[in-house]
Amino acid sequence: MCRIGAIKSLDYVHPSMALQLMQSQQKGHDNSGFAMVMHDLGGIFENYKHLPTLSMAATDEGVKIAEDILHRAGFQRVMQWVPETDPQPGLDINAMPNYVFETFDYPKHLRNAEQTEKEELLLDMRLALRRALEPNEEGFVYSFWPDVVTLKEIGDPRDIGTYFRLWEPDDRFTARVITAQCRQNTNYDIVRYAAHPFHLQGYTALANGENTFYLKNVEFQRKLHRGYIGFESDSQCFLYTLHYVHRQLGWPLRYYKHVITPLPFEEIEQREDKEQLKAIRQSLAHLEINGPNTIIGVLPDHTMFTCCDAKKLRPVVVGRDEKTVVISSEVCGINEILPHRNWEEDIYPHEREIVAIDNSLEVQRWRQ
Amino acid sequence: METMKVQNVTPNDLPWKIRYDASRCTLCGSCVSACSFRAIECKVERRRLIFSESDIPEPKARFSAVPVIRQVRSIKNYCRGCGICEKVCPNDAIRPERNPDTRHPIVMRCLAGDSIKRGGRKNLESTQRTLDKIRVGRISQMTDPSLDAQRHTFDLLAPFGRILPPEKLPLGTSPEGLLQFQENTPPVRWIYPVIIGDMSIGALSWRMWEAVAMAVAYLNEECGLPVRMCSGEGGVPVRLLKSRYLKYMILQIASGHFGWNRIAKAMPHMVEDPAGILIKIGQGAKPGDGGLLQAQKVAEHIQAIRGVPKADLLSPPNHQGLYSIEESVQKMFLSFNAAFKFRVPVAIKVAASATSVSVFNNLVRDPYNIVGGFFLDGIDGGTGAAHEVSLDHTGHPIVSKLRDCYLAAVAQGRQGQIPLWAAGGLGKTGDLAADAFKMICLGANGVFTGKLILQMAGCVGNDMGRCNACNTGLCPVGITTQEPPLVHRLDPERVAQNIVNYFLAMDTELKKLMAPIGNSSLPVGRSDALVATDRAVADKLQIQYVC
Repeated sequence: MCRIGAIKSLDYVHPSMALQLMQSQQKGHDNSGFAMVMHDLGGIFENYKHLPTLSMAATDEGVKIAEDILHRAGFQRVMQWVPETDPQPGLDINAMPNYVFETFDYPKHLRNAEQTEKEELLLDMRLALRRALEPNEEGFVYSFWPDVVTLKEIGDPRDIGTYFRLWEPDDRFTARVITAQCRQNTNYDIVRYAAHPFHLQGYTALANGENTFYLKNVEFQRKLHRGYIGFESDSQCFLYTLHYVHRQLGWPLRYYKHVITPLPFEEIEQREDKEQLKAIRQSLAHLEINGPNTIIGVLPDHTMFTCCDAKKLRPVVVGRDEKTVVISSEVCGINEILPHRNWEEDIYPHEREIVAIDNSLEVQRWRQ
Repeated sequence: METMKVQNVTPNDLPWKIRYDASRCTLCGSCVSACSFRAIECKVERRRLIFSESDIPEPKARFSAVPVIRQVRSIKNYCRGCGICEKVCPNDAIRPERNPDTRHPIVMRCLAGDSIKRGGRKNLESTQRTLDKIRVGRISQMTDPSLDAQRHTFDLLAPFGRILPPEKLPLGTSPEGLLQFQENTPPVRWIYPVIIGDMSIGALSWRMWEAVAMAVAYLNEECGLPVRMCSGEGGVPVRLLKSRYLKYMILQIASGHFGWNRIAKAMPHMVEDPAGILIKIGQGAKPGDGGLLQAQKVAEHIQAIRGVPKADLLSPPNHQGLYSIEESVQKMFLSFNAAFKFRVPVAIKVAASATSVSVFNNLVRDPYNIVGGFFLDGIDGGTGAAHEVSLDHTGHPIVSKLRDCYLAAVAQGRQGQIPLWAAGGLGKTGDLAADAFKMICLGANGVFTGKLILQMAGCVGNDMGRCNACNTGLCPVGITTQEPPLVHRLDPERVAQNIVNYFLAMDTELKKLMAPIGNSSLPVGRSDALVATDRAVADKLQIQYVC
């Protein structure tokens, strides 16, 4: 059973805070990996928020292949950050030779293009990179998006933090939104792509649980969008549903919960919007998740939210102080990083609500 | 010596022999009067008894006339093995016995010069059913816990109606951030995933039909199970058409168009919309052959309901004048949708066949968005009468064909848009919940069943050739006959009670199957929950093989 957590702050925070949040929940993972996605970047990335950053782990050959592809497509590198690693002996980490965080400028002919055109190109480039690097495992491309970086690695989260020198806070590598997961590998091979959070076109999702409708979800999602690939984890489906409902269909976020955990028909019949809810339920029956889950998601506008399965079989807690909101699958994680908050204000989202946090840290609770 | 007549029919030529023990018989006559086929008769036999009355043997012969029960040696009134004689005999003096040496298929055709016709059961039983080689093998545990079948709530409902793909939903966002409809969408009814299949009012006795309708109303109104019943071809009593119970009824139109005149005339008087319309193109038991209601069953009230004379009534194998899916969609679906002002879902029923997937593919691409369901009927379906050769030798098993259709939808990303309903031998072993559950996991939205409903009512027929005389109008238990004395053998209240109780039991059983795989809504397409103990079945259905 994985452990998940997320931090959203008014100030830029360093990933060490995410590591602390996760470390106290160590009993809930098995050291098979750690992953995080950072949105709304600070430090060295702060001046490049409008340009896409490539997050990749690769061999030397993989880096060359990827850069060649991007250069051929007209992308020009404007910034590169290679984390300084600390390869001490005895660390439990299955490291790749290179970790690449490179910011690119768009091809010249696209610099004044519509935002959607750029967004489609970025997705196509990531898919092309992944296809090129996959056959010989030359590299793993996690995200290629403005203002987003992703780091995933196999091993003990504590050692991964040590390896990347993430335990010592600095102001060079920071973000206002950080989502993180410590893996417990259950159903799948231990592969880098399988580690949550998953990212697609500005959307990030991570989950703690299982998806008993995984097969239904996958069979349906494969045909919905070219970006819905991989399926290395049954939780990946939640990201694609979020992307589909919010971006492709253009529905408000509150309807995400109606898709993944629809109300029982008896309750739908009591509602004023029963026609809409029934239509959603029947048209998207294959995106329902029927199984224990907690989901944390981030939208392209950096709104962060959480919700759980319809039977509340997995826990989740939201805690906050004046400057920071933290979501965690165990309250001990929040206690670690926000020890002085008012615990009485902690929110334990129930089975029929979405808790959403906007950029001014206002917390909204939508009843499904 | 009398000339030998070896060509004459004897009980040994017939499928069943009557075993009669004269020493136990009290000559009450119950068996003879109860045998609807007149397959036994009272006869007087001449008996010779040798006796002696003196001290030394002085044999004398005495002749007496003894009344006995004897099997009729006729291909018209042959014994169907229904066992009603045994049921009514107070002394266990009589019973039918299967005759393995029967020459019936030959004798019957030779003497009658006609094809053999019988009730709708396939009698070529040879192997174990495919569904029995499948198990529910993915049991949730610990990290993905099972549900509690007694305490959790379950949504056991299936759609009937055209489901729009999400991007086609005419939804806009209001200023408050709520989704709102901007135009109408096709009608969809959420109903119980087991429909009582289409058995016509001509095929069934009026009491049987009434009993099923009564059971459906009770299930809906007292038990909260939204079970629907399909009328079958042959019309519906006007009283029912005008009643509020019509909402539980799916009206069928088949190729004979029997009874539709009355239904059309009743439309202005309908206080409720019907639950749906089902256009029957084909039937699983006799694909490519039409339904058959023999003249002996066309009683007066059937003539009235169907608007026909007393004659053999054949539903032709196709809708005369409709020879393609394109035509069907344009003419039939549109006219039926228009007739009910697009408020009632219109679905189609076809026989499972090697070509079913093509038909299904055509329909899921239907640009009108008005095909409300694809009912697929497999080789073991059927309840009425048919030519034996059709019953036994034509058709396609349902399981793999349903799966093929589902996977065809998956390949196009259109699963669920036209709900798949499947039948054909489901519940044959008596366990409909297990069969339905497995079919749903393989991709069905729901199932329909007919034969099992007859079994619930007390039908004595089986798949090994017992009874199967639904075509004769002499159903010994009053289910498929219009003969008043036979119909009165059926107690409609008891039948309704049996059906209601069976559905309640099945509902519990469906939950007992959904709970272990951790699902609270129907696991449509969850083939990962199934495993097969047969490699070929596993490969064909694309499910896990276990041994």
